[in-house]
Amino acid sequence: MNAGLRPARRVVADRVTLAHGGGGKAMRDLIEDVFTSVFAPPGMEDQARLMHPSVLEPGAQLAFTTDSFVVSPMEFPGGDIGTIAVCGTVNDLAVGGARPLWLSAAFIIEEGVPISTLRRIAASMQAAAEAAGVRIVTGDTKVVGKGSGDGVFVTTSGVGVIPPGRCLIASSVQPGDVAIVNGVLGDHGAAILAARGDMALTTDIQSDCQPLNHLMEAVLQAAPGVRCARDATRGGLASALNEIADAAGVGVEIMEAHLPLRAEVKGVCEILGLDPLYLANEGTLVLFVPEGQAETALAAMQATEAGRGACVIGRATTAHPRTVVMKTVFGGGRIVDMLVGEQLPRIC
Amino acid sequence: MKYADEFRDPVAARGVLAAIARVTDEIGATKEKPVHIMEICGGHTHAIFRYGLDKLTPPGLEFIHGPGCPVCVLPMSRIDECVEIAERPGVIMTTFGDAMRVPGRRKSLIQAKADGADIRMVYSPLDALELARRNPDREVVFFGLGFETTTPSTALTILQAAADNQTNFSIFCNHITVPPPIKALLDDPHMVLDGFVGPGHVSMVIGIHPYDFIARDYGRPIVVAGFEPLDLLQSVLMVLEQIRDGRAEVENQYSRVVPDDGNPVSIAACAEVYEPRPSFEWRGLGEIDASGLRIRPKYAAFDAEVKFGIGYGKGPRAVAEPEGCRCGDVMTGRIKPHACPQFGKGCTPEMPLGALMVSSEGACAAYYQYGGLRLEEAV
Amino acid sequence: MCLGIPGQIVEIADAARKLAIVEVMGVRRQVNVACILKEEPIEALIGAWSLIHVGFAMSRINEEEAALTLDILRQLGEAQEEIEAMRASERMLAS
Repeated sequence: MNAGLRPARRVVADRVTLAHGGGGKAMRDLIEDVFTSVFAPPGMEDQARLMHPSVLEPGAQLAFTTDSFVVSPMEFPGGDIGTIAVCGTVNDLAVGGARPLWLSAAFIIEEGVPISTLRRIAASMQAAAEAAGVRIVTGDTKVVGKGSGDGVFVTTSGVGVIPPGRCLIASSVQPGDVAIVNGVLGDHGAAILAARGDMALTTDIQSDCQPLNHLMEAVLQAAPGVRCARDATRGGLASALNEIADAAGVGVEIMEAHLPLRAEVKGVCEILGLDPLYLANEGTLVLFVPEGQAETALAAMQATEAGRGACVIGRATTAHPRTVVMKTVFGGGRIVDMLVGEQLPRIC
Repeated sequence: MKYADEFRDPVAARGVLAAIARVTDEIGATKEKPVHIMEICGGHTHAIFRYGLDKLTPPGLEFIHGPGCPVCVLPMSRIDECVEIAERPGVIMTTFGDAMRVPGRRKSLIQAKADGADIRMVYSPLDALELARRNPDREVVFFGLGFETTTPSTALTILQAAADNQTNFSIFCNHITVPPPIKALLDDPHMVLDGFVGPGHVSMVIGIHPYDFIARDYGRPIVVAGFEPLDLLQSVLMVLEQIRDGRAEVENQYSRVVPDDGNPVSIAACAEVYEPRPSFEWRGLGEIDASGLRIRPKYAAFDAEVKFGIGYGKGPRAVAEPEGCRCGDVMTGRIKPHACPQFGKGCTPEMPLGALMVSSEGACAAYYQYGGLRLEEAV
Repeated sequence: MCLGIPGQIVEIADAARKLAIVEVMGVRRQVNVACILKEEPIEALIGAWSLIHVGFAMSRINEEEAALTLDILRQLGEAQEEIEAMRASERMLAS
């Protein structure tokens, strides 16, 4: 890019207006100043033109995923909509065993959003991309009238490469396989609830938002027999486990005593009558590994930053197929069902 | 968590469970001829299923799930009236999360919200009052529901609103009291009830003496219980011991929280703010005398029924249950949730026919979610 | 109607309106303490444990009663542990 031939373009306004989505100079300045100067994509054509040697390996597969992010509030303790937009898509690739390479980022911005907010979001995205080792290579920007959006909506798509011989699928989980999570549950959901302010709770809880691809590489190197992994986003750990149980036709049993939870998250759940199994996570996954490789997998996870708190939470069984059952601290059992609608705070 | 974790200790639980098994044996109760203990409070129903206590107690002990779920017994017409108020221009309707998904005849609150009504969930009525303070040009209404545990909080909020002269604030009052429906159940010749586990948090407000009539006039034991699993188990043990010994007394297992005479400030605030309605309709139980509360004329300025001209003095209008709904029978313990023909078929948490499937303390929701029936089938 | 949890009063927020800050496992919320305030000055409540429900401290937790209840429960638990230990050793001896 001939950056030296002309001065860098700068946005003059301090809030986004419809002109910034109009396709003219204002939009060009916005895109360059706020986004491309930060993401530094290769080339300036309408499409990113890319190649990576791993794509050409015989037996390799491309992995491709997309996700939209609409979180409110946009900025919260531990991250913002940009952080989760990058990590969410990176993680969707990583849990499939793919090595994430490139992301696209499309923004729908409501008229009136401060430019400074966009700069913060872009900075968060670039930081998350660097932490994950991926590049944001293309994108789009649209502006909608006031009231037609909710701040900023972000859609990211991601491309990665699954090395030859790797095949992670939920239906391959067998009875006896061990279920492992990489750390504490529910931090993101609790942080968002507190940040929204409706319940007037004060806490230090931060979102757990982080990329999980380095952790997945480490565990797959050490324990190539890992059957599948799922990130526990909306619907929490309960949804991820139910999806796997359903796909594999196995039962899943988890131990309440082994679920790792921060004390403050327990506190939020106790006060509002919520179940931490259903709280969203943005940096937490569950994976199933054959019993023989469980210890190795666990050790490999614990040696990574994202897996320091990794622990075994249960296993797949022949009993109660397609159903997840939790053994309570008392030895009594209760079903952990899929979430219906949204989990609401209660007083009863 | 202090004062909670200690009451969830599995080692102590084994001890209590062993004692429960022993005493159940001594009574001679079996699966065919069980002893029937009713837990009145929906929060207790929820706790029993959440900790799987019904799986751990002997087959000779049968839990009858009582009507202590204030959302479940709310007549459908009250949801309709709440939606009506919420849909008036300028109104901010505030409510506990529990009420959001209860079906009305037209729609639930969550559906009304999707249709554009300004309906917001709050944790406390004080938060609703604060909303009124911050939005002087809007009318803030709080959907007050619950038994005596919650009636003082609404009453104290009204007193604060009066002190602040917060005129854009009112309460849509649906508070109800526990003793009348218990009496109605005890008077029902079809009910087989050997003892009661009493509502711990209602009792921290009203004390334990309002239950004297259960022991004195009906000869049944009642033990006021806390909500941790050990509280429930210990209370069940105490009820069983009374049955074995042929006693009928009111006992207080939850003495760390429940004073025998209740809470004077709460009782006084409620007496100041509320008066009993002549009668109130309970879903599944019909009309019960003196069981509902309305706001006294002195505080009419904070009574949404007066402000919006809805249901004033008349209480809820009778609205027929939807076709096939057996909430009433389940709520009074006549049938178990899975005996309702709609359970899991025409009535599920996604598409509830009645409140028992929607409210988190409803027996049907607890059964469905925590798997009372499905676990038995599967394991 | 039943969801109440034990919390500790850590700060007074507004003495005139009887508001204090309660802490539950590191999470803080403002609550009204009218129900538990007796003749004492409101500051005396700092450190007290109370049952919290919908933004109100409803009842002071009686530490002595808590200890008594726990004692009974623990005894039942210990007695059961002894019984189980005896049974286990009997089985061992018999085998």
